[in-house]
Amino acid sequence: MRRILSLLMENESGALSRVAGLFSARGYNIESLTVAPTEDHSLSRLTLVTKGSDQVIEQITKQLNKLVDVVKLMDLTDGAHIERELMLVKVLARDDLREEVKRLVDIFRGRIIDVTNDTYTIELTGNGDKIDAFIDALSVTDIVEVVRSGISGIARGSRALKL
Amino acid sequence: MELTGADILVRCLQDEGIKHIFGYPGGAALHIYDALYKQDVVKHVLVRHEQGATHAADGYARATGKPGTVLVTSGPGVTNTVTGIATAYMDSIPMVVFSAQVSTAVIGDDAFQEVDAIGITRPCVKHNFLVKDVRDLAVTIKKAFYIATTGRPGPVLVDVPKDVTAAITEYEYPERIDMRSYSPSSRGHPKQIARAAELLLSAKRPIIYTGGGIVMGKAHQELTALVKHLGYPCTNTLMGLGGFPGDDPLFIGMLGMHGTYEANMSMHECDVMLCIGARFDDRITGDVKKFSPFARIIHIDIDPATIGKVVSAEIPIVGQAGAVLKELLAAIKRSDRTPDSEALKTWWKQIDDWRAVKSLEYDRKNTKVIKPQYVIEKLYELTGGDAYVTSDVGQHQMWAAQYYKFTEPMRWINSGGLGTMGFGLPAAMGVKMALPDATVACVTGEASILMCIQELATCKQYDLPIKIINLNNRYLGMVRQWQEFFYDRRYSHSYMDALPDFVKMAESFGHRGVLIDNPADVEGALKEVLADKDNLYFMDFITDQKENVYPMIAAGKGHHEMALQPGSLVDDSVTERELA
Repeated sequence: MRRILSLLMENESGALSRVAGLFSARGYNIESLTVAPTEDHSLSRLTLVTKGSDQVIEQITKQLNKLVDVVKLMDLTDGAHIERELMLVKVLARDDLREEVKRLVDIFRGRIIDVTNDTYTIELTGNGDKIDAFIDALSVTDIVEVVRSGISGIARGSRALKL
Repeated sequence: MELTGADILVRCLQDEGIKHIFGYPGGAALHIYDALYKQDVVKHVLVRHEQGATHAADGYARATGKPGTVLVTSGPGVTNTVTGIATAYMDSIPMVVFSAQVSTAVIGDDAFQEVDAIGITRPCVKHNFLVKDVRDLAVTIKKAFYIATTGRPGPVLVDVPKDVTAAITEYEYPERIDMRSYSPSSRGHPKQIARAAELLLSAKRPIIYTGGGIVMGKAHQELTALVKHLGYPCTNTLMGLGGFPGDDPLFIGMLGMHGTYEANMSMHECDVMLCIGARFDDRITGDVKKFSPFARIIHIDIDPATIGKVVSAEIPIVGQAGAVLKELLAAIKRSDRTPDSEALKTWWKQIDDWRAVKSLEYDRKNTKVIKPQYVIEKLYELTGGDAYVTSDVGQHQMWAAQYYKFTEPMRWINSGGLGTMGFGLPAAMGVKMALPDATVACVTGEASILMCIQELATCKQYDLPIKIINLNNRYLGMVRQWQEFFYDRRYSHSYMDALPDFVKMAESFGHRGVLIDNPADVEGALKEVLADKDNLYFMDFITDQKENVYPMIAAGKGHHEMALQPGSLVDDSVTERELA
């Protein structure tokens, strides 16, 4: 099962490496991982996507909770939630492809944020599927580079991960 | 009061009640060593290798339940502690290691004796800290001791750069500490405890299986009260020996790879299993697929991550062993039910039949060659089970666990999880330092002992009259045993050639040595050595080279598939004699 785990951690150097080290030491998968400070600068919020059987996921959450730097943990996939990923993608956009690529960007509700004679740089947010679909659609042209932020997520409604 | 970081570190140790610290100085640690010099509350023990410092602190902690402390310099000082830290981590031993670090200004520059201590130790500590500001030092040290000693104990490393030890700030040691990210639970859930009581009382073939959590959790009295009230059989893991009196009729021996036949068969056949402070390690379960097929399992542990990691429990209870056991016994007494005495009678009859197999029988009467088991049995008899016994790792460790009956917790001190050769001598040193009046024996082998032999000098310097029981079979015995069984007797690099003369070696360190190669001399020699309270003795017992540790569960086998020793009477319908 794919799971999105959201963690509040002490915003201290080394906290991230404890999480990453745990996954490599115990042989768990990380599909994506994203981390940044919150409005409370003593805390970082880390979102990670992992896969495993129920037993493995239970171990992952227990082991993460054991880390002294982890203050609180929530499995977003336990309830209704929203997930988003940001992608920046630079593509070749020459001649008549310029119009075609722009149309694709509009359809996927992306934005072109930088333009040169030969390229567009596009910003797109959405869940992983939408971003994958957009990358597929871009096969009409050549992709120069792709930058994906990894999944961020938040619970719907009143459910919240906070102290 | 304004103090330097070095003085603060030492004051923190004093205020934490630390009496001994094991260490080795070096450049980055010199300010701290200077601060130690100026006081006499905390006694520093100069080891001969930093690995020895960690094992000594570890032995100290295991024998007393108090945190062991270590002080080393940066670079190689820290890297040498890693084996000892990992040893403590695997066995959940409270320890605080202070490592000096190069000055903050040069961290990351590959400075002389710089190493990323935090990074290197991260996977084998409960937590670690780099102190970059002297104002954080005292509170960090308080946190380190708090984390190391509470919940599931473990080692914590505090890395202190040299400039931080020179900087000056106001000293105040916090009385208590609150951490929003760390608050170990202690009391079990009352509903779960009530359910556990009912399940236990419904059992027809119960077993109580306990580990190191009873020993380090100081829950042996609560355990003994519960087991005696129920009259159920109790087995201990290697780490749990002494948690329940080894000479009690309700004790059915150690379980696992080299456990007794009765313990392992009971584990296999039980219908209700109460596991406390143990973690279903692979050396305990054998093949997990064949593990206790009929058991409904209650698992009590302080660490939630231990529950359900290997074997899933029907009733998980997170809490401190002693507190939970107390409430569990109260719930059992409150219940309308009582243990099913008819079923218990049948169950004990069955267990007695398994006991009658005498899986720990060996050639006791051999007059030609010293049987290693015989040495341990005599050690047990002559010390009245009252010694602190440390061990290294291998066959001698298993024989010590099998033949020395531990009646008290914290007497049996060995590296169970990591299996660290070289642990025994420095650990014994730590025990003797903590408990100067106790008889401390280090059961070892000629291979293990050489891994930390330099600590004989420490023993001399601090006058630590340990008794070293060297079971010398001229082989890496456990490696040879596996090669005999599983590698067609291809003894690849398991023979110990070119051994030192251990007697002369001991003498050269200023100790006494004695060589015993005749079974008839074993008892007399032990008596004489144990009577001498003033000297360290290195007893070199020349033992049977071909002796193997039995019984044994081979890899991939279940508890009911033990290999018993050759020649013992076994019903072949219940055992596969794979190896004999």
